Amino acid sequence: MLCNLCNKNQATVHLTEIVDDQMTELHLCDDCAKKKSVQMEQQFGLSDLLAGLVDYSKQLGGQEKPPASTQCSFCGLTYEDFRKIGRLGCSECYAAFARYLGPLLKRIHGASQHVGKVPLSGVAEETKTAARAKGSGAAVDLKVKLQEAIDREEFEEAARLRDAIKEAEKKKKSKTEETGQ
Amino acid sequence: MMDINDLINQVSSWLKGTGPNSDIVISSRIRLARNVSKTPFPHWAKKNDAEQVVVAAKAAFERTRELKDAAFLRMDDLDNIDKQFLVERHLMSNEHAARPSQKALSITSLEDVAIMVNEEDHLRIQVMESGFDLDKTWEVINSIDDQISGFLPYAFSREWGYLTACPTNTGTAMRGSVMLHLPALVMTRQINRVLEAIAKLSFTTRGLYGEGTQASGNFFQISNQVSMGQREEEMLGNIKGVIRQIIEQEEKARELLFSEHREMLEDRIWRSYGTLKNAHIITSGETVELLSMLRLGADVGLVKNIERGLINELFILTQPAHLQKLENKKLSANERDVKRAQIIRERLTQQS
Repeated sequence: MLCNLCNKNQATVHLTEIVDDQMTELHLCDDCAKKKSVQMEQQFGLSDLLAGLVDYSKQLGGQEKPPASTQCSFCGLTYEDFRKIGRLGCSECYAAFARYLGPLLKRIHGASQHVGKVPLSGVAEETKTAARAKGSGAAVDLKVKLQEAIDREEFEEAARLRDAIKEAEKKKKSKTEETGQ
Repeated sequence: MMDINDLINQVSSWLKGTGPNSDIVISSRIRLARNVSKTPFPHWAKKNDAEQVVVAAKAAFERTRELKDAAFLRMDDLDNIDKQFLVERHLMSNEHAARPSQKALSITSLEDVAIMVNEEDHLRIQVMESGFDLDKTWEVINSIDDQISGFLPYAFSREWGYLTACPTNTGTAMRGSVMLHLPALVMTRQINRVLEAIAKLSFTTRGLYGEGTQASGNFFQISNQVSMGQREEEMLGNIKGVIRQIIEQEEKARELLFSEHREMLEDRIWRSYGTLKNAHIITSGETVELLSMLRLGADVGLVKNIERGLINELFILTQPAHLQKLENKKLSANERDVKRAQIIRERLTQQS
């Protein structure tokens, strides 16, 4: 395949661009790709791309424009900083900018609910609160066992318990839905 | 504990050329991005915070079963050739080498596991296996991740999953990739059609050498693009489905080349072999193209006396930092072209 720009050299770089939901493909040789990437970096860094998405989701969300001064109280990153660098500052930024990040994540991933694995420490953390709040139920028992397994550094057992808890919670949830509670 | 200087004398386990479909699939790779809760991400962290992450990560790795014999390298302690050497071996990114302060890398002696500390995220865990085996890769990385999560409080939310510096990774924070060698699809000019179809299914294509965009020597790395809304196993299942189809297409294209253009194919393969065995000056670009042809020759059974593992190794060994490690001194571009040709001649003559 020849380079789309110079039509002389073999294309080695394959570029997919999505502009206004239209996908275009560009096949370039090394030299043209280098020139193009310098150009692109000047007008179109990743952070700009993200910033563009941020603006887009703002339009989608309609009414509220995130004030540039919205700030993460934990690490001090402002929403304006995020727009500029395309990176969040810490885990707590997600809570601080939740209202704006929700639509953005949906736009990027086509989904805004995580359904994959859960860290052992995260489940164990909930144990303590759950045990304090209720102190009963099969899931809570499992969670106590999970914490014990983590303390003993028996991670295979811990992983098994985590999956059992997930399963138990799923069942409980569908039961609740069935009875309409 | 292993030493960085031992690596030059061994072949990374993921390059052995073994495993399922290894005539077309070089390797399977999964990486997970993980961060420590309530600690600024690397780009936003003060030196002190970043240093604490390095210390905590090191302690966690020491208690992780798969990392018992792993080396823990601080980027500040390495010279530029060593850093480039690790990049060339696919153990870390260019970005990790470029800004070394408060950055570290843990690697196992087999080089199947590599964890970057304080790259874009606090942890970038990578596991690689030879051939088409995402299931085994997932099994290994899942276990390592579970153990580390027992020692480090991960940044995680029930709603959005694993929280990462860049929102494009949030969710599972997983990228699964498969490295393919597709010379027949390139030669029969079908590769564009294939790549276009892949892009429509929201997979990305990269080249042989790391995270850059360059696809050379007919190597293509296919990965998932989005990371939220599906379980890890489902995402990997989708990649497997796509890869299976590409493998089938490449097999068909190889058969077609063999039945319709046998002389042309044999000519290209044997000329490539001839040049590699006899050249005294060779650039890295030419090397990759010729090695790709030689690999095709070995994979279809034309070239019988050269093992796939050796060809794979030559792709890595002929890169600039590797040549300079072998020679134990800095080499100019011209000197490297001479050294490269010498290494290739030696290795190919040893085996044939």
